[in-house]
Amino acid sequence: MKTIVIGVIGADVHAVGNKIIEYTLTKSGYNVVNIGVLSSQEDFINAAIETDADMIMVSSLYGHGEIDCRGIRDKCIESGIEDILLYVGGNIVVGKQDFSEVKKKFLEMGFNRVYPPGISIDEAINDIKTDLGE
Amino acid sequence: MANYLLIDFGSTFTKLCAVDTEKYEILGTSADFTTVETDINDGYQRALTKLFHKIGKKIEFEQIVACSSAAGGLKMAAIGLVKELTVEAAKRVCLGAGAKVDLVFSHHLNQSEIEQIIEKKIDIILLAGGSDGGNSEAVIHNADKLGKAGIKIPIVYAGNKSAQDRINEIFKEYSMNGHICENVMPAINVLNITSAREKIREIFLKQIIEAKGIKKIESQISQVILPTPSAVLEAAKLLSEGYLDEEGLGEIVVVDIGGATTDLYSICGSSKRSDVIIQGLEEPFAKRTVEGDLGMRYSAPGIVKSLSEREINYINKDKGVDIVNEVNRRYNDVKLLPENTHDEFIDQFLAEMCAYRAMHRHCGRITEVLTPMGKVFNQVGKDLSEVNYVIGTGGVIINSKKQYEILRQTTNILNNPTELRPNDPDFLIDNEYIMAAMGLLSKIKPMVALKIMKKHISHIRSNQYETSK
Repeated sequence: MKTIVIGVIGADVHAVGNKIIEYTLTKSGYNVVNIGVLSSQEDFINAAIETDADMIMVSSLYGHGEIDCRGIRDKCIESGIEDILLYVGGNIVVGKQDFSEVKKKFLEMGFNRVYPPGISIDEAINDIKTDLGE
Repeated sequence: MANYLLIDFGSTFTKLCAVDTEKYEILGTSADFTTVETDINDGYQRALTKLFHKIGKKIEFEQIVACSSAAGGLKMAAIGLVKELTVEAAKRVCLGAGAKVDLVFSHHLNQSEIEQIIEKKIDIILLAGGSDGGNSEAVIHNADKLGKAGIKIPIVYAGNKSAQDRINEIFKEYSMNGHICENVMPAINVLNITSAREKIREIFLKQIIEAKGIKKIESQISQVILPTPSAVLEAAKLLSEGYLDEEGLGEIVVVDIGGATTDLYSICGSSKRSDVIIQGLEEPFAKRTVEGDLGMRYSAPGIVKSLSEREINYINKDKGVDIVNEVNRRYNDVKLLPENTHDEFIDQFLAEMCAYRAMHRHCGRITEVLTPMGKVFNQVGKDLSEVNYVIGTGGVIINSKKQYEILRQTTNILNNPTELRPNDPDFLIDNEYIMAAMGLLSKIKPMVALKIMKKHISHIRSNQYETSK
């Protein structure tokens, strides 16, 4: 069974979507490690190391996603989990910015998949299946 | 006849406590120097003679049980994977089992770490790493490394269950002294103490006691059942929770300031508030922390070490002492007993520093986080603010003329809102130094142990409490 670490990054306490993601992924047959809200980059990485996770899925709903996520790929490399898949989604930037620009920025930061606001987890499931090979 | 003799073979003193389990009474207590280097029996016999002298006659005992922290106590190395997760979990298990955690390692072990394990004469290694189904590569590497190095001391494996079979093979391959038990952290931030702790205690009884020269006395006594700190933890738990229809005291904190360490025990949940978000590894309900750099004699220099030069100068000027000189004097003469008011004053001051610092490290923290959704509270560690009682034990507190001042240091005297220290506890004193003994008794006769503790652990001497408050 593939393991996915999920959580809400930064000073963000949006807990509802986090629970929906946990529910959906578990139902789809993944081992979900939910580290909850107010999580730091290190919390995600530590959990991924201990659980030997295949993917880290970062949620950010309050607009500060860019600042909170910067450098997470570098830290993964330093921590020996350089090959882990990184997903991010939610309201990852403030206001109505052109999403293609936002996506480019996050891909450059080392994320494998970047989702715009309004996408539900069900829509991401296919990507997850493709990427994890199941 | 229902007389029990409870013995605590401490690093410095062998302490005896005789109780009548039918009348719920302490018959007498006595102490003499521990003689583990020669024959542990010598010190024991001397203490026993003193005890009979106090009671006024020789009495027979139905059972004689002992706990021990002699010959350096139980020295352990805690090995895990990530510092904040399995390393921390492993450390807490060792402390909960009454051990001294001399070495803490994370990720892959290297040669110099292996050498430290040998050099420091570690008694037991706790090897953890990986949640169940998680990382097994690191623990397997570490077990292999320990095997190749020819480590023959007991190793308790309490890591990822998926790696258990492979670990077992490694144990066999190198004919190591390996023991398998449940994972200390089966899932992220979930703490599972019991299985590994019981295994450590079992090994302590079967193998360590003998190596510490305590076996010599086995013909004289019924059994040695616990490392001393774990006896105190058992006593604190019983006193807090109560037994059957005999009520306990509720949430408590125990402060034990010794010559080499300051131990803190808290028996309470991690939080009662619903408006905080708790982060980090789950906290044990009965938690013990040990500060190896805070103590009255062996570790006295540690108290000053963390101070800046400016702070030291301030203390010297403010109190009219040479604090560095005083701690070194205590370090060089660990048997020093205060002879005059000056010595008493210094010991009092050092004890206050130990209590303050130890609580600073034991208690949880709360921070305000400003979010677009308003202010939220983020808590790490245990919230002790609602604790009912702070109990003092250990020679320096028991003998102090200002017990209140020492115990008060565990509360929030500096009004730091981020530290979750006890808010307004009542202060109790273990005047007759019976907590370790009662922890032992609690394993055999919990009701008796509880009733005796409730009777003998008394309020702080009233006059000093009133005047200070």
